[in-house]
Amino acid sequence: MSSDDDALDALAALGDPVRRGLYRYVAAAPGDVTRDAAADAVGVTRAVAAFHLDKLVDAGLLEAGFRRLSGRTGPGSGRPSKLYRRADGEHVVSVPPRSYDTVSRLLAEVVERAGLDAELQAAARAAGEAASAADPVHALRERGYDPYWDCGKLRLNNCPFHALAEQFPALVCGMNLAGIEGLLAEGWSAAMDPLPEGCCVAIEGPDEGGEV
Amino acid sequence: MLGPVNDFHLAQVNVGRILAPLDSPQLADFVAQLPEINALADGAPGFVWRMVDDEGADATSLRPEAEDDLFLINCSVWESVDALKAYVYRSDHLRVLARRREWFERLADHHSALWWVPAGHRPSVREAMDRVALLREKGETPDAFTFRSPHPPPVTAV
Repeated sequence: MSSDDDALDALAALGDPVRRGLYRYVAAAPGDVTRDAAADAVGVTRAVAAFHLDKLVDAGLLEAGFRRLSGRTGPGSGRPSKLYRRADGEHVVSVPPRSYDTVSRLLAEVVERAGLDAELQAAARAAGEAASAADPVHALRERGYDPYWDCGKLRLNNCPFHALAEQFPALVCGMNLAGIEGLLAEGWSAAMDPLPEGCCVAIEGPDEGGEV
Repeated sequence: MLGPVNDFHLAQVNVGRILAPLDSPQLADFVAQLPEINALADGAPGFVWRMVDDEGADATSLRPEAEDDLFLINCSVWESVDALKAYVYRSDHLRVLARRREWFERLADHHSALWWVPAGHRPSVREAMDRVALLREKGETPDAFTFRSPHPPPVTAV
């Protein structure tokens, strides 16, 4: 089977609207998600959620693990809960075949060698400013960052440029930071404040703890 | 991480040629950010040591190439590749890194190198420069490599 077939099999699991809703909820959530939380979020029963969540694990889109949530151990502490999180790995398929990743790698290599960091950041900032919206949370969500509020800071659960950022971190993370700063409305600010997962940029809004 | 964690530490060297003297307006922002960015390194998880000159705050008065007064070096030791990577790319150090072309010449060849040292070892300027030269000469090897293809620490017999 080609890698395209693998990707198609994985993505075909998202054809079901309930399953897609569950995937989006788990993928955007910081940390692990229980069956109950996923069921509540999508508005289905726990049994239906469990069925679809396990299909998503089979497809390689989610990972599952067990943990006791009560904090107790030993006899009487209850059964461990099954928890879900977004799986590592990317699934890309294009019909007809397109290889934008190849192009982006080549371009990044050339931009890096030519030392065009400042030019790239300026372009990213301008693109961000052109798309700047009154509601940066919505804008970031649309761009795949999976934003969520945590202790008054807006965190980004996903890095939309992950593979390229791994290969060209100075170039791509610098570009990303400039792009986000351009996107932010007046009074918002971005800082490098990494968590173990996701984009390392954290954002503060104009009003303290202004959760939306 | 392969191998006993504490037997070997990761050494890092980075050399660069500044576009103007350190006391010029062009370098002012870079110089102004050094204390903060060095303090960030000193407090970063997995930080072990960094090379300083006789003044002791940073390495900006070291001149690894005697004839070239614009040629700077920075060198440090970390517990692991991941620890160094987290500081370089996932801390506010990235803000400084992202402006590298405002202050440093673009070098056509390798300008940084990583290698493993026995825990407790402190690389000299000469040793660090030799690793850059090795990388330029032989490409990535276990003796001098980059983040692109990190080598695991040597495995010691127990």
